[in-house]
Amino acid sequence: MAKLNQPTTSGRSTSRKRKTGRRSPLATFALIAIGLGLTGGVYAAANATPSASADTASSTQQQVSDGEHLFQANCASCHGMNAVGTAAAPSLIGVGAAAVDFQVGTGRMPMAMDGPQAEEKTPQFTDAQTKELAAYVASLAPGPAIPDAQYLTGNTDAAAGAQLFRINCAMCHNVAGAGGALTEGKFAPPLKGVTPAHIYEAMLTGPQNMPVFNDRNITPEQKSDIISYLTYLEKNPSPGGFALGDLGPVAEGLFLWIFGLGSIVGLAVWITAKSN
Amino acid sequence: MTTETAIAETPRIKRDGFFGQAANYLDERTSISGVVKEFGRKIFPDHWSFLLGEVALYSFIVILLTGTFLTFFFQASMAEVVYNGAWVPLKGIQMSAALDSTLHISFDIRGGLLMRQIHHWAALLFVASIGLHMLRIFFTGAFRKPRELNWVIGFTLFVLAMAEGFTGYSLPDDLLSGNGLRIISGMIEGIPLVGTWINFLLFGGAYPGTAIVGRLYTLHILLLPAFVLAFIALHLVFVVVHKHTQFAGAGRTQQNVVGYPILPVYAGKAGGFFFIVFGVIVLMASLFTINPVWEYGPYDPSPISAGTQPDWYIGFADGMLRLMPPHLETYWFHRTWSWFIIIPLVILVVFIVLVAIYPFIEAWVTGDKREHHILDRPRNAATRTAIGAAGVTFYAAMWAAASGDLIATHFKFSIEGVTHTIQTALIVGPIIAYFVTKRVCIALQKKDRAIALHGYESGRIVRLPGGEFIEVHQPVDEYQRWELVSNEGYAPLVVRPDSRGRITAGTRFRAAMSRWFFEDRLAPLTQTEIEAAQHHGHGDAPAVEGGSH
Repeated sequence: MAKLNQPTTSGRSTSRKRKTGRRSPLATFALIAIGLGLTGGVYAAANATPSASADTASSTQQQVSDGEHLFQANCASCHGMNAVGTAAAPSLIGVGAAAVDFQVGTGRMPMAMDGPQAEEKTPQFTDAQTKELAAYVASLAPGPAIPDAQYLTGNTDAAAGAQLFRINCAMCHNVAGAGGALTEGKFAPPLKGVTPAHIYEAMLTGPQNMPVFNDRNITPEQKSDIISYLTYLEKNPSPGGFALGDLGPVAEGLFLWIFGLGSIVGLAVWITAKSN
Repeated sequence: MTTETAIAETPRIKRDGFFGQAANYLDERTSISGVVKEFGRKIFPDHWSFLLGEVALYSFIVILLTGTFLTFFFQASMAEVVYNGAWVPLKGIQMSAALDSTLHISFDIRGGLLMRQIHHWAALLFVASIGLHMLRIFFTGAFRKPRELNWVIGFTLFVLAMAEGFTGYSLPDDLLSGNGLRIISGMIEGIPLVGTWINFLLFGGAYPGTAIVGRLYTLHILLLPAFVLAFIALHLVFVVVHKHTQFAGAGRTQQNVVGYPILPVYAGKAGGFFFIVFGVIVLMASLFTINPVWEYGPYDPSPISAGTQPDWYIGFADGMLRLMPPHLETYWFHRTWSWFIIIPLVILVVFIVLVAIYPFIEAWVTGDKREHHILDRPRNAATRTAIGAAGVTFYAAMWAAASGDLIATHFKFSIEGVTHTIQTALIVGPIIAYFVTKRVCIALQKKDRAIALHGYESGRIVRLPGGEFIEVHQPVDEYQRWELVSNEGYAPLVVRPDSRGRITAGTRFRAAMSRWFFEDRLAPLTQTEIEAAQHHGHGDAPAVEGGSH
C-alpha cells in the first residue's frame, strides 16, 4: 500500500502546477515518469508478495555496491551486466534477496556446469558476500526479501506443519523429506540439513522446478510451522531405530533380502555344515 | 568338568522314575509311542538349502505370536478420532481409530513398537524365504513326480502370504497404505465391465469409504491365516508322505534317504534353528525402523508421498504398472478400456499361472513318468535352469521398475531413461538370460564330464623325455566321481502314431517342444565310458592325457 500512495501524492502536485497555466519544460518528462511509476507501482504491488515491501531496508549502500562488484565478476557472464539476463540465464530483475540468498547460500549458484538442474554444493561465497549479492539484486527491483528470524525458530506448531507438508511438499520431497525423482533427470532434493532460512526462501521463491508458495498461498506462520516439522524430524531420530534413509519399503525390502535373508542363509549353511 | 560330562553323556532315565512313569502313563492312554517311533525315525537329509522352507515356517510362527499381541490393542475401525498421543507432529490431527491405535501401540504400549517391527520384519522374511525356497525347488527339479501337487500347494501358500502381507500393510490406514490401496482399487476398476462393481463390493461403496479396514482385518487375522495354516499342514503331510529329496551322492538312491533322524538330532537342530531365525528377526526389529506410520500420517486421498512403494513382494505388480506406456486407452461400446491396466493384469496373471503349472508343463514336454527323489544339479537340467533364469530376469525387471524413481535419484539417472531401460530389459533380458544360462549350463556339464573322465588339472607341468610339456591331471576320488556322473538322462519324445494310427498336430507340437527342451543335451556317461577312462587313467595317465588336450 505504501507504494500506491506515493505516486498519488505526486500526482496532486502536478495538478497544482497546471493551475498556473504555464508548463515547465520538464513537465512532459515528469508526466511520463509519473505514468510509468504509477503503472510499475501498481503492477509491482499486484504481483509482489506482501513480504516484498520490507525489501532493502536492512541493506546499506556499501553492501549494494560491493554486491555489484561481486555480481559483475562472478555472475554477469551468464545473467548479463545489469542482471537483465542472457540467452544462457534468466533475468534477475525482481527475484529479490531471498532468491539470491537461497541460490548462492546453498552453493547452487554460480553453477559448476550445465545440467538438468543446478545442484547443491559447497558455497563459493562467504555469508557476508552472499548478503552483499542479495542486497545488490534486491536494489535493482523489489522482490521477496530474506525472511525474518521470527519465522525460523523451528519451535512453532509442528503438527500443523506436518499436515501442510504432506499436502503441499510430500509428493516431491517424500513425507519424511528424503527427496524424490522428477522428470528428465531433475529431482526434489532431500531436506535433511537444510537451514530454516533456506527452506523458507525456497518456498517463497520456488527455485529450479519448485513451485512458488507465496504468502497468500502459505502464510509466513504456516511456513514457520513447516520448518518446525522438518526441524522436529531432524532433532528426533526415528523411534524405531536406524531409519534406512527414510526411503520406505524399497529400502526395507533391500535390507531384508541382503542382510536379513543373507544372514539367515549364512546361519543355515553354518548349522548344516557343523554335522558333516 | 569331567564328571559333569560323563553324567550328561549317559542320561539315565529309570523306568520307575518320574519321566519313565509319566511316559508310560501317556502311552497307556494314547498309544503315542507308535507315532513317536514312526516320526522320530524319519530321516532328513542335511543341506542348507533344505532349511529355507523351515525359515518360512518359523517366521510364520513369529508372525502368529506377535500378531496375536497386536490384536489386543489394534482397533480396526475407520471412525474419526483426534490424535492426542506422544508423537508431537500428529498431535491434534484427525485420523481414523485404526491409525490412532497403531500409534498408540507404537508409542504408549510397552514393547508395542518392538512387536510391530518384529511382526513386519518377520512378514517380509516370511515371503522372501518362501520365494527363495521356491527357487531352490525349481532349480533342483524337486517339483517333479511325485511332488507336483505339493508345488501347487506351496505356490498357493506364496500367493496367500502375499495376500496376508498386503492386507496387513493396508491396516494402519496411514498415507502410504492408503496410496497402495488406491492403486489396487484403480487396478480393480480397470477390469472391463465388472471392475467398478467389484470395487464397490470390496469397499462397500465408493473408494475409500469407511468399511475397508474392518474387512481387511477380518481377512488378515481370520480367513487368510486359517488358509495358510491349513495349506502348511497339507504341505508338511506331503513332505512326510513323499519323504525328503536329496542330492546325489555315494549311497543315496531313489529308494532311500540319507541323513539324520528327527529324534534326537534333527529335532534339536531344527528347534535351535527356530531360535536363530527368531533372534535374527528380533535383532533387525530392534535396530531398524520399519513402516514408520508416524511419518506417513493419516490417509487422505489428496496427498501422496514421493517414493511411495508397496512392500517388496507386491513390487513386481507395481513395477509392471509403471512399465506400461501411457495413454493406452480406447473408448468402445460406450465404455473406456484401460489397456494400461488390462495388459499388465493379463501379463501378471499369465506369469503367475505359468509358475503354478510349470511342473505339469515340464512333465508333458518331457513325457517323463518316473519318480524322482534325487535332485538335479541345476546345470544338468540346462533348459529348465535357463527357463528359470529367464523367469527370474523377467520378475527382476518388473521388481526393479517399482523402484525406478529411487534408482533415478540415487544413481543420478533420468527417470525416463530408467523406465525405458527396464522396459527393454523386460523383453530382451529374459531372452538373453535364457541363452546365456543354457550355454553356461552345458559348458559346466562338459567341464564335469572332463573332470570325471580325466581328473583335475593339478597345475603341475611335466616335461616328457621327448621334450613335450604336459600338465598332470589328478583323478578324482570315487565319491566325487559319483556326484559328477550321477545325472540321469532322458531322451526327447518322438512322434508316434496313436492307437488309431494317426499323428495329430498336438503330437507333433509336443514332440517339437520336447526336441527343444532336450536340444544340445549331453547324454550321461555310461558305465563303460567311465570304466574305460578309469582304466587308462591308471595306466599312463600323464602322457596320454596331455596328448589329448
